[in-house]
Amino acid sequence: MDTNLALILVLTPLLGFLVNVFFGKSLGKTVSGAIGTIAVAISFVVSLLLFNQITSTGKGIQVTLFDWIQISNLKINLGFLLDQLSVLWLLFVTGIGSLIHLYSISYMHDDENMHKFFAYLNLFVFFMITLVIGSNLLVLFIGWEGVGLCSYLLIGFWHKNQDYNDAAKKAFIMNRIGDLGLLIGMFIIGSMFSTLDYATLKTAIAGATNLNLPLLSLAALCLFIGACGKSAQIPLYTWLPDAMAGPTPVSALIHAATMVTAGIFMVTRLNFVFDLATDVQTVIAVIGAITSLVAATIGLVQNDIKKVLAYSTVSQLGLMFLALGFGAYEVAVFHVITHAFFKACLFLGSGSVIHGLHGEQDMRNMGGLRKAMPITFWTMLISSLAISGVPFFSGFFSKDEILLTAFHHSIPLYVVGSVASIMTAFYMFRLMFLTFFKEFRGTEEQKHHLHESGSLITIPLIILAILATFGGLISLPGSSWLNGYLAPLFTKVAGEEHHLGATEYTLMGVAVLGGLLGILIAYVKYFKQDNVPESDENITGLSRLLYDKYYVDEIYDAVFVKPINVLSKFFRDHVETVLSAAVFGLGKIASEIAFQGKKLQTGSIGLYLFVFVLGLCAIVSYIFLAQ
Amino acid sequence: MGNILNQIGIENYIFLSVVLFCIGIFGVLYRRNAIIVFMSIEIMLNAVNLLFVAFSTYHQDAQGQVFVFFSMAVAAAEVAVGLAILVSIFRNIGSISIDNLKNLKG
Amino acid sequence: MNVSTILIILLIGAFATYFSGDKLASKVALLFSLAALGCSIVLLNNYNAGENISVINSWINQPKISFALNGDGLGLAMVLLTAALTPIIIFSSFGNEYKNAKGFYALILFMAFAMVGTFLAADGLLYYIFWELALIPIYFIALIWGNGDAEERRKAVVKFFIYTLAGSLFMLTAFIYLYQKAGSFLIEDLYKVNLSACEQFWIFLAFFLAYAIKIPIIPFHTWQANVYQKAPTVGTMLLSGIMLKMGLYSVLRWQLPIAPLAAKEYMTIFIALGIAGVIYGSIVALRQKDLKKLLAYSSLAHVGLIAAGSYTLTLDGLRGSVMQMIAHGFVVVGLFFAAEVIFRRYETREIGEMGGIRTQSPKFTSMFLILVLASVALPSTFNFVGEFTVLYSLSQINIWFAILGGTTIILGAYYMLRMFQHVMLGETNSKTFADVTLNEGVSFAVIIAVLLFFGFYPKPITDLITPSLETILQVINKN
Repeated sequence: MDTNLALILVLTPLLGFLVNVFFGKSLGKTVSGAIGTIAVAISFVVSLLLFNQITSTGKGIQVTLFDWIQISNLKINLGFLLDQLSVLWLLFVTGIGSLIHLYSISYMHDDENMHKFFAYLNLFVFFMITLVIGSNLLVLFIGWEGVGLCSYLLIGFWHKNQDYNDAAKKAFIMNRIGDLGLLIGMFIIGSMFSTLDYATLKTAIAGATNLNLPLLSLAALCLFIGACGKSAQIPLYTWLPDAMAGPTPVSALIHAATMVTAGIFMVTRLNFVFDLATDVQTVIAVIGAITSLVAATIGLVQNDIKKVLAYSTVSQLGLMFLALGFGAYEVAVFHVITHAFFKACLFLGSGSVIHGLHGEQDMRNMGGLRKAMPITFWTMLISSLAISGVPFFSGFFSKDEILLTAFHHSIPLYVVGSVASIMTAFYMFRLMFLTFFKEFRGTEEQKHHLHESGSLITIPLIILAILATFGGLISLPGSSWLNGYLAPLFTKVAGEEHHLGATEYTLMGVAVLGGLLGILIAYVKYFKQDNVPESDENITGLSRLLYDKYYVDEIYDAVFVKPINVLSKFFRDHVETVLSAAVFGLGKIASEIAFQGKKLQTGSIGLYLFVFVLGLCAIVSYIFLAQ
Repeated sequence: MGNILNQIGIENYIFLSVVLFCIGIFGVLYRRNAIIVFMSIEIMLNAVNLLFVAFSTYHQDAQGQVFVFFSMAVAAAEVAVGLAILVSIFRNIGSISIDNLKNLKG
Repeated sequence: MNVSTILIILLIGAFATYFSGDKLASKVALLFSLAALGCSIVLLNNYNAGENISVINSWINQPKISFALNGDGLGLAMVLLTAALTPIIIFSSFGNEYKNAKGFYALILFMAFAMVGTFLAADGLLYYIFWELALIPIYFIALIWGNGDAEERRKAVVKFFIYTLAGSLFMLTAFIYLYQKAGSFLIEDLYKVNLSACEQFWIFLAFFLAYAIKIPIIPFHTWQANVYQKAPTVGTMLLSGIMLKMGLYSVLRWQLPIAPLAAKEYMTIFIALGIAGVIYGSIVALRQKDLKKLLAYSSLAHVGLIAAGSYTLTLDGLRGSVMQMIAHGFVVVGLFFAAEVIFRRYETREIGEMGGIRTQSPKFTSMFLILVLASVALPSTFNFVGEFTVLYSLSQINIWFAILGGTTIILGAYYMLRMFQHVMLGETNSKTFADVTLNEGVSFAVIIAVLLFFGFYPKPITDLITPSLETILQVINKN
């Protein structure tokens, strides 16, 4: 029964993928979209069933299908583990996935390759589910690389544009750098404990007496590098903003709500490993904090509506890692969930705007859309309030808990996180004001066509906005359902329940004030003073640096990409030639010796005879002398 | 047979064959006519054959004589081929002086 | 029924193909190669049922040379690879017209015959004969049916021929020396010979020269790219798909067990050489302008990793490298076939002149992409299973080997996706690209099916090869 449920859960999206790949074109756009959506919706229903089962029994379900890879001391099964964590992840992956599929039916309707889009989306959901429910690290790795592949396919969905293809390639390769880390981490863990299975690993670590902690820390660090790649943390974050080249639903599903949280999932899953590697935890916290700040600063000045959201995603992911670094896994998970709601809503809303403006993404050419697109406006406003940490929206609770945790462990990192949060509030409302308020700044023709999107687009928006509003209820301070639900996963006491004392209320107040401050600055600057960001060439000074993303891409290009290419050319043009010449040289030497030797053959028979007699004499005299 | 050797002595056979061999060598070195060179080589060969036979008698062992039969047969074959080559060279070039035969230069 | 049956089928097939005339040649060749495949599957069945399928007949008394064929799991796996790829290669060539087709297809079958012989031979000299015999058909295939300027082609092919032949001569010397010691060429006897460390070193080196050139391991690879480029695609497939596996297989079968002390002593050097090949091949592949040359260098990188896995002398390393051999055999044949499919339409192999194929032929794009992904070892393809196992074994020797060898997953993705982008994506090409024909589609589908199936379920292959690899390891570790 459980096996069947798990198989239905995994295979339905795969089936949807296959149907869309092979028959999508002949089925027509709406049908192929519907098939894709239903496939994911079925998985969602199954997830609900499983969730129900888990909450009632409180026990995880382990499903083993068959032996997969056999390595001398490692036996790796293809198996699934459905426990609290994976089912929770499943719920929002398939739930938000279904909504985004639904949305895409309308959004992608004008695209000739719509069936492919749904095929890829379904494939993504398939791999994401595999990632989440895999019972060992290697099954996770199937999903891990698989979602990377889908991300590649979907970023480069409009494959005629080579810039988009570059972005897709970049995403795949940067992810692969992380994947190498993940692999190495697996090797170390595999050789230490002879297993990659979560459950076995947990007991092995718990029962181990003489743990080689430095080695385990190294493994944890390698695993974290993997998480950096997938979850876009410094130094591997630069692919995520570029990934916005893909269609907007993709950005919402993959690059905001689900795939990029895989790193957090993995760290949470292996919490028992990371708990032992305290140094690595510090690294995680610091990198998370820095990432959240750096990305937030870049987000301050971006003018592409999706780029703003992309940097905001990187920044929020940084906050989640900040929480992970302090071992507050349930807090990170909480933020993952609320973030999935409001960020998906924001992306879908921006998609609705872009759709309404026929592909326009530059906020300098928007404005005043509030009247034309009321639903989009209101849903995005709610989500912006949520992400800015305005009280009683979901983001308020989750972000506050992260900052609270940070405060208890490290004041500097708390400050960094808070500053990033204030910036978040600012740029989100900068986005809102520039997009929805004041007068429309686009062309007359665009203005003429302005309209609210259809119901297939607005319904997901509304649902997500509702979730973004009330999502915080799952983990209210003081009485957290989520902490209790996740408690069986963690070895430490689940979330040292913060007593809501004076400090906590003060911090909460500070955070709220900070958020409001950010909103206020944005209000003054972009509503009161009616500023519109400068056009590209007029940006100078610090904003130039921020606008050009600290030139990180250029630096990477100069430090890694260019040298490798130069080396490649050097190898191709010089080393290969030299090696080849060396082999030919051997042949040349042989023929040179022959050339010299042939001079002996003068052709004079007299000489030959003379040498012959001489040789004879030599032999004879040798024989005599030898005696 | 033994008394013939006794009468003449093995040394004389050796002297004779050495003389013959040296004649052959000098012939090979000094003469330019390919046929004469050829004949000189045959003389050398026969000098050796003579030695074979002499020692065969001396040691009372027939093996040496068997060898001579073989080498005579081979020499005959060799002469047949060699003369044929010389004839064909003469037809083509009009001379069999070894000074003129330098086509084998490498 | 024993393993010699498959040799007989292939040999008869070669003659039958030659005498069937140009028109029928390709079909007859396909028929016989399929028969060989069927025969090898039957053999596999018998082997799994515990039947003895080996052959041993005395052949020449003085020196003592036997006609000995050893049907163990490792040999069978390689025979299956050959027997499975040969029909695919022949079938995929149906889209091309070859002049003197009867000679062409007969040579393919003859080559398959020689390669199967190499994989099965259990007698040093017999093995050597098959090893060299395999060189002759590919020489003619590349020389006569190759492409590009005839003079340059001749130069490249002759270089390849002489180079590999010269390398093999060292191997022959080693065999003769071993014969002096053992009094027999039989592999069991050679395994048993007691050699001093110094002798082992020289024998190891002599074998290494032969194999390093054939595989190829850097810096002995200079023949490869040129020959791959100049040979007709069928020849390239035979070379890269099967023939270079002869070298890798021989490392496992002959080099390591005969000279185990040397293998242990100098292990790190040879692993390092293999890994250097991985990095070097990947980097050189980045900037290739010719599609086939790019694939050649990617092949160099992959075999470097396989070789490194073999030299670890661990069960994982050997097992991983055998699986990777099979996986690489299939994927590289598929990739070269993709290059051929493009060439049939565009008449070019220059990457710069391609692009925008995806809009014109989505089917071909999907299949090509799957092959590219298999080549970069995406999990769920067979290549991942092999690469993971090899890298794991390397990590057990030294974690840095795994990290450096693992750069293949980054660099590999870089050059393959770069190639894919420039070949397939971008603005629609002005030249028309006809959709894949049924024949091409079937060839691709078979390869992809194999890669995906074993990607999820590699157990049959693992079970097949593990016992023989354990035997080899026992021989290696006997002292």
